[in-house]
Amino acid sequence: MKSLPLIFLGVFFTLAFSWTGIVLTSQIQLKEFTPATPDLVDSQDQPAPGGKYLVDGETIKNTPGMTANPQPLVGEAQRGKLVYQQMGCLYCHSQQVRRQGFGADFERGWGQRQSVPRDYIEQDRVMLGTMRTGPDLTNVGLRYSELWQFQHLYDPQITSPGSIMPPYGFLFEVREISPLTGPSAEAIELPEAYQPPAGYEVVPSRRAKDLVAYLMSLHQDYELPEIKFTQ
Amino acid sequence: MSSNPSLLQSLSPTGDADISLKARLGEVDASMRKPAMLFLVSAVFWLLLGTVFALVAAIKATNPDFLGGTEWLTFGRVRSAHLNAMIFGWGNNVIFAVAPWIMGRLSRARIRHTSILLIAGIFWNIAVTVGIFGILRGDMIGVEWLEMPSYAAPLIIITYALVGVWVIIAFRWRQTDHVYVSQWYLLAAFFWLPWLYTVAQIMLIFEPATGVVQSLTNWWFAHNVLGLWLTPIALGVAYYLIPKVLGRPIHSYYLSVVGFWALALFYNWAGVHHLIGGPVPAWVISAGTVASVMMVIPVLVVGINHHLTVVGLHKEGWASPTIRFVMFGAINYTFVSLTGSLMALRHVNEVTHFTHFTVGHAHHGVYAFFTMIMFGAVYYMMPRLLLREWPNAFLIKVHWWMAGMGILLMVVALQVGGWIQGLQMNALNEDGTPVYSSFIQIVENTRPWLWLRSLSGLMILIGHLAFGVNVFWMIFSRRRAGEQTAPTLLSPTTEQA
Ligand code: HEC
Repeated sequence: MKSLPLIFLGVFFTLAFSWTGIVLTSQIQLKEFTPATPDLVDSQDQPAPGGKYLVDGETIKNTPGMTANPQPLVGEAQRGKLVYQQMGCLYCHSQQVRRQGFGADFERGWGQRQSVPRDYIEQDRVMLGTMRTGPDLTNVGLRYSELWQFQHLYDPQITSPGSIMPPYGFLFEVREISPLTGPSAEAIELPEAYQPPAGYEVVPSRRAKDLVAYLMSLHQDYELPEIKFTQ
Repeated sequence: MSSNPSLLQSLSPTGDADISLKARLGEVDASMRKPAMLFLVSAVFWLLLGTVFALVAAIKATNPDFLGGTEWLTFGRVRSAHLNAMIFGWGNNVIFAVAPWIMGRLSRARIRHTSILLIAGIFWNIAVTVGIFGILRGDMIGVEWLEMPSYAAPLIIITYALVGVWVIIAFRWRQTDHVYVSQWYLLAAFFWLPWLYTVAQIMLIFEPATGVVQSLTNWWFAHNVLGLWLTPIALGVAYYLIPKVLGRPIHSYYLSVVGFWALALFYNWAGVHHLIGGPVPAWVISAGTVASVMMVIPVLVVGINHHLTVVGLHKEGWASPTIRFVMFGAINYTFVSLTGSLMALRHVNEVTHFTHFTVGHAHHGVYAFFTMIMFGAVYYMMPRLLLREWPNAFLIKVHWWMAGMGILLMVVALQVGGWIQGLQMNALNEDGTPVYSSFIQIVENTRPWLWLRSLSGLMILIGHLAFGVNVFWMIFSRRRAGEQTAPTLLSPTTEQA
């Protein structure tokens, strides 16, 4: 083992091998995926929402009139995803549900079914996450109200005493109630102990509103051809 | 065992008879003095800063209100600043100091045009500073291990190239007939990393891949930074230092070849074990699991080779700061890798995945293995570059005990705590409802373990301060060579006793 070219070829091919196997083959397989309806049947030969999708290598058309999933994020929710990324929520929260029987994701109520690759094809940045210091958030949009989310972000101790989730109070503005227009419609209700001084109100900033819109948009409550709800 | 007497000679301190060889090594040392010191001083700076970030993040993990109102220091950001300061600031700087130097020594090649390395050093530190500043101000990218904003990437790629070229040049124009195992590891690592990094940047940031292919690319990259960069460098350094300091050739040439190629073949498939149970093609996970288990081969081979080299010389080893640190790292390489292979098994992974166990495992690898070996290298290299001895043996002892005990405490705390956390998250009653239905209950139960983690972080900080003081004391001390020529020892060796 003395020759530079030989060592180079060796290290090149070992890495190229794994890249081809792990990354390239998956990319080839997944780039064909489109949003799909839960239904396999296509009786009428019409253009269908979401176009066609692949099941077991066969191209099948979506049933007309049914909604194809997943759907891309738009507007506030899309911007909110960026806030999620910039705050590093990823390091404590996952966004993937494991199958029933592997862990207790299903039993903890984190999802009605396991997550599959198709669920993520519309996302520009996939944040599956590898930590569950906090609960999985795949379906968190189905679990809480907006007010709960605002209060929890403002200070997690309000809704979840004993939590170790960081407070995101800096995403809110504590400001004087305008004497002209009165309290803002956007101001959030807070329990006694967390209220600002009299004459002040707590208003979510645009980033807080975006982030909550994103959280409220998180759901995998639809079936796909390859995956049905766990009974 | 190698049959080349000159290789043995070159490794053995008793090979000193060959004056021209010694002069040659002196030349290599002299040529590397400036760039290596630049990288080293930067490395120590980032190490200290990274430790402070770590401690802040650790305290926040039990007391979220600590600095809770400062957006720049919110948990997600300090934690990422810590990771990047450690990997790119400390890890890469210390590698750029040590690896070209060892390559130069083994190749008997003076490193020429070191001003290019100096420029690389400046570029690198600008890149890391910009990257970490970007993370703290909120330009963080949501990809683990690649959090630095994309505007830092070009400088990073240029620097890899600038440093890598010198390693390759030193090897290409080597003055020796023989190639030693450390040289393969270093060369391979310097080929691997730029390639990994560039592919990851393209597929994740400039032209993001479809859906979960991003996650696959992410873990292919992130785990390979450990497996194909930090690991081969640390192993190469250990292979160089153990025989060098103990004056005994490495046990088996054959085993080292097997170890090297087994690592090259298996490690780069292993990363996807971070996605077990996740929404990715099942066969990829199976391949990752198999590769993770196969890693047992290179790990045992390297472990046996290192151990058989040291056997019988434990007393000498304990006396030498270099060997103490390096052997600590080498032993932990075996342990952390075997733990890693176990964690890839589905039933173990079911518990450890998503818990602090994994965090403990990452620190076990990057700190107890990689960082400890690099500390050993610094203790060996600095006296040869600066031609003076370490000013204070007590500080070395403080560093050793605080870092060594600190990291063991951290790994135990996070892995025991993480294991309990995993069991509690999964535990089901007979009727299929969760035993710990309140998530907060599980969170509360991890708290004592997270407290212990903060304590271990404090110990490590003390160790790093002792190390930092010693390094700067040495650099600025006036004592010239010749006043103390004997190496700094931490305990009497057999001969002295
Ligand atoms: C230090 C780790 C940590 C970070 C960082 C973190 N969280 Fe949490 N999160 C938790 C913990 C622990 C809980 C469970 C206790 C609670 O409800 O606060 C939780 C709970 C939640 C819940 C409620 C989930 C449920 O099903 O009950 C939501 C929603 C949430 N976090 C959103 C976020 C968002 C958004 C961010 C980023 C802005 C974030 N978290 C950052 C630890 C964290």
